[in-house]
Amino acid sequence: MSNLFNSMLGWVDKRFPLSSNWKAHLSEYYAPKNFNFWYFFGSLALLVLVNQLITGIFLTMNYKPDASMAFASVEYIMRDVDYGWLIRYMHSTGASMFFVVVYLHMFRGMMYGSYRKPRELLWLVGMAIFFVLMSLAFTGYILPWGQMSYWGAQVIVSMFGAIPMIGETLQQWLLGDFTLSDAALNRFFAYHVVTLPLVLLVLVFVHILALHETGSNNPDGVEIKENKNAATGIPVDGIPFHPYYTVKDIVGVVVFLFVFCGIIFFAPEMGGYFLEYNNFIPANTLQTPDHIAPVWYFTPYYSMLRAVTVNFLGVDAKLWGVILMAGSVVIFCFLPWLDRSPVKSIRYKGPYFKIALVLFVISFFVLGWLGTKSPTPLYTLLAQIFTIIYFAFFVLMPWYSKIDRTKPEPKRLKE
Amino acid sequence: MADSFSINERMSGRRKFLVAATSVAGGVAGAAIATPFLLSMMPSERAKAAGAPVEVDISKLEPGMLLMVEWRGKVVWVLNRTPEMLESLVKVESNLADPNSEKNQQPEYARNRTRSIKPEILVTEGVCTHLGCSPVFRKDIAPADLGPDWQGGFFCPCHGSKFDLAGRVFKNVPAPTNMVVPPHAYLSDSRLLIGSESEGSV
Repeated sequence: MSNLFNSMLGWVDKRFPLSSNWKAHLSEYYAPKNFNFWYFFGSLALLVLVNQLITGIFLTMNYKPDASMAFASVEYIMRDVDYGWLIRYMHSTGASMFFVVVYLHMFRGMMYGSYRKPRELLWLVGMAIFFVLMSLAFTGYILPWGQMSYWGAQVIVSMFGAIPMIGETLQQWLLGDFTLSDAALNRFFAYHVVTLPLVLLVLVFVHILALHETGSNNPDGVEIKENKNAATGIPVDGIPFHPYYTVKDIVGVVVFLFVFCGIIFFAPEMGGYFLEYNNFIPANTLQTPDHIAPVWYFTPYYSMLRAVTVNFLGVDAKLWGVILMAGSVVIFCFLPWLDRSPVKSIRYKGPYFKIALVLFVISFFVLGWLGTKSPTPLYTLLAQIFTIIYFAFFVLMPWYSKIDRTKPEPKRLKE
Repeated sequence: MADSFSINERMSGRRKFLVAATSVAGGVAGAAIATPFLLSMMPSERAKAAGAPVEVDISKLEPGMLLMVEWRGKVVWVLNRTPEMLESLVKVESNLADPNSEKNQQPEYARNRTRSIKPEILVTEGVCTHLGCSPVFRKDIAPADLGPDWQGGFFCPCHGSKFDLAGRVFKNVPAPTNMVVPPHAYLSDSRLLIGSESEGSV
């Protein structure tokens, strides 16, 4: 039996690099031996991606991208299609969980300096994935054509109208109409199910290739490739990804699925955070709901959008809001060059970085919470203060990371 | 890999020129074939044709009442303002960003304090100039959430922009300009045409 298998594998290997790729990316890809809890979220992101692709394909079988039929077709999936509710809740919960795991994955990178040399490109590809993910979430949220779909899209598309000179034409080009209408719904469907998933898959592939070129970082920020066994050329602090980390990741998957199923079966709307109540009302082009807020994963940026209420430097508040909102996401791309610390990991960084990171996380949560609330003068003031703290984390980083009192990085992994 | 790049250095001048010329021609062809695809995304002929004006009967619009009309897929408000409402326009003026409607957000005939043809009838697009939400008509005076200075007006729930009862924007809110007054005309005392200034141009 094993002879037959080996000869078949040999036949394939002469025609396709199967064994060599299996070795290069799994059984002989050496990862640092000290991965901890924070290293689950890359593989979990991959799991959620697969969930989104499969559930998404099945949803398209019953969904109709037509402004007069979209809302009813989603309700049809929920009520009349066998297990339609399950597939739709897997997809909608998957969208929120995608952001949960990706935010934790990014936070891991920030703690352990995974964006630092030589992983700058890996980080940038990851940011590109994040941008595509945001676009996917936005276009997907429009599809049910409920009140939040409609007015959320109205706000986001109007932001392009704030761009000087070309804004209005650009907006019409995006919408395919003079207002948000059937034309826009139809094309956002095309982006959501064809364009963006294809781009996402390519980027994820490139992300993994880039990771396997540089090798994984780890909680100590030590480069294991600098310390190889002279005879075998294998990093002495590395262990093969398969079976060691595949088995570890399966434990993560099991725990994640407990949480995931719990949400799907007991709280698929998550109290209005995953699926907003107003989106169970069909889109009404004449009336904005009394309270509109984006889904939770966009609320920090949304808070910054509305935090600017004064014109300055000859630019009006509206454009500043859009610039700040875009800037708050794009600024992550500059982390590899903003961080001047001699060490990578938070374990060896000094108090300044630790305080800055804590303040950043607090501001991210406070802005996120404010984004779910109606604007009042007090909340607007809070949003302004925490927007400044959020940006200060990045803008002041070259300074505080350089003068920080760091501890020396070890040459080898401790245990 | 490095070899394939260093080939460039060993090319003759003639070959370099041909490579450059082919690249440019390929680029032009790429741009040319992209054009029809990009232009196919502009509003279609059907969308362009859908902007016809609408006629509204306002004879039953009581003072203080707001009528919502759909025009070009947008909401247009027709508000019959009471004398008290018109007085409020003077009171709030010092807090407005553009009280005299200097920015071009209205036809010439609406460039006045009430931003209207008839003083009491306001016709405006019910669209916030910030990011396109439709503000809420709040005629209550000095409610708890909008503060003691509120004289009635429009409040945008999305990002907190405020407008007075002539659609003029307040200072220090995200919206940059007054609300847009669409072209409109009275065909008779109670028949209002929205989207055009005369019946002939319909």
